Amino acid sequence: MVIEHLEEQLPGAITERHDFRGDATIVVEKARFLAVVDLLFAEGFQFLVDVTAVDFLDRTGAPRFDVVYHWLNLASQERLRLKVRVEDGEAVPSLALKFRTADWFEREVFDLFGIPFEGHPDLRRLLMWPDFVGHPLRKDFPLDGGDIFCTSDTGTSYAGHAKSLQG
Amino acid sequence: MDTGISSIAQSIEARDGERMIVNMGPTHPVTHGTLRIVLELEGEIIEKATPEIGYLHRGVEKLGENLSYNQFVPLTDRLNYCSSLMNNVGYAHAVEKLLDVKIPKRAEQLRVLLSELARIADHIICLGINAVDIGAFTAFLYIFKERETVYDLFEMAAGQRLHTSFTRIGGLFRDIPDEFLPLLAQFQESMPRSIDEMERLLTRNPIWHDRTKGVGAMSPADAVNWGYTGPCLRATGLAQDLRVAQPYMGYQDYDFDIPVGTTGDVFDRYLVRLEEMRQSLRIIEQLVPRLEPGPVIVDDYKIALPPKEKVYTRMESLIHHFKLVMHGIEMPVGEVYSATESANGELGFYIVSDGGKSPYRIRVRPPCLPIFSSFHDKVKGRLLADAVAELGAMNIIAGELDR
Repeated sequence: MVIEHLEEQLPGAITERHDFRGDATIVVEKARFLAVVDLLFAEGFQFLVDVTAVDFLDRTGAPRFDVVYHWLNLASQERLRLKVRVEDGEAVPSLALKFRTADWFEREVFDLFGIPFEGHPDLRRLLMWPDFVGHPLRKDFPLDGGDIFCTSDTGTSYAGHAKSLQG
Repeated sequence: MDTGISSIAQSIEARDGERMIVNMGPTHPVTHGTLRIVLELEGEIIEKATPEIGYLHRGVEKLGENLSYNQFVPLTDRLNYCSSLMNNVGYAHAVEKLLDVKIPKRAEQLRVLLSELARIADHIICLGINAVDIGAFTAFLYIFKERETVYDLFEMAAGQRLHTSFTRIGGLFRDIPDEFLPLLAQFQESMPRSIDEMERLLTRNPIWHDRTKGVGAMSPADAVNWGYTGPCLRATGLAQDLRVAQPYMGYQDYDFDIPVGTTGDVFDRYLVRLEEMRQSLRIIEQLVPRLEPGPVIVDDYKIALPPKEKVYTRMESLIHHFKLVMHGIEMPVGEVYSATESANGELGFYIVSDGGKSPYRIRVRPPCLPIFSSFHDKVKGRLLADAVAELGAMNIIAGELDR
């Protein structure tokens, strides 16, 4: 199994692992993330299926965000979920230069969660418009999107513009 | 920050006046939904293509965090709205994996049957519209009458043509009516003829060859690196199909082939999709005689609503109904990723549950997002008209792309 192999090669890089409904999951140290990815690639996990994140706003004892990567081994059809945990504002090393599919997926995570990716060639918002304020998939973002035209202290270009129109 | 508009303005300033900016979209007919591509042209040659997406972003994932598991089903309709039934199935399958329930055999068979019909409908649209975009109108007309029949079948089964919402957690909303199978038999008889007709119009047509061969060709290694799945990946020559590679819902019981291409160009994708329709018909042909009688939803009132007559007559069932509607299904704590082979490729749902009524996080992995992200690489240095052919053959569905 690939996880045992990873633990042998990079002892201590995997800080947590679990298996639920047949989905193998590992949590890796951020500092050794790229080394783990390289090793996974050598082991055949070459298809980066998905990159996303989960916001655990109320979690104590661990960083706020889980950045979640789903890998597929095309030869053995095994899947593996890999997580890196980061605090608000903390950057994750980008995979966009190695896996081109990561380019837009990381932009989307940056857009919707506000997690920066270090080394990404073109880190812009993907789905929301450029002067949108906030990151919609964060748990503290209001479901109705907030009122971008009426807020007074957000400092958004919209609010600023509206104020200047009123004189 | 570099906005769409200002990036155009900057590029005009930096220009020597030779390049022309063409805005394809957001409401251009070939953009298949609302998306925009900023093309920088040197004569008719594309120098740069910058896709701008998000025009159809509804925040499906955010909404899902505030809806119960069954309430999310109608939102899945609106992902790939050309084959909404497959999204319903993919989603229900993911939640069932989380719950670890086994659905009745008949429900599973009907899901496969309707998914394959949806695949055919999706491929009809993709191929028909791709041909229209390129200028071949006739093929579209010949094949589109079959799509009407598929939608009639959906209407019979789900009561809706487009937004079917046919699945429930644990099975299906209802059984198919008696008129369904006779109409399906008619469809099974006429569809192969329509595919042949389309082939006669396009497959050996020299204009079709000129417009599609070599456009958007890609190696399998590149396609994997870009995250390609579905017909676009198989057209490059890699036989990756989740129905065979990681069988689910009893796909291992049916005998069918995975068509693959060699170069991954628009022509190969056309051939792959054409053959996939035939293979889907093969699955349906094997499935109909094996269709088992029985219920179409699990007999567990903690997951599925009890039948109406019981709700009206029995106290216990009324309580179950009330509890299920008000408090939702009792979910285990955990996370699952479940993928199904939808018409466009791997449609994945990643669900994190904290045991509450609604998912803590629900992620939709759309197949066409990674495919579309490679658009610039595919059309750079090619003619403007090739961008149209390429866009159609990628089968971009904006509802799924933007979520």
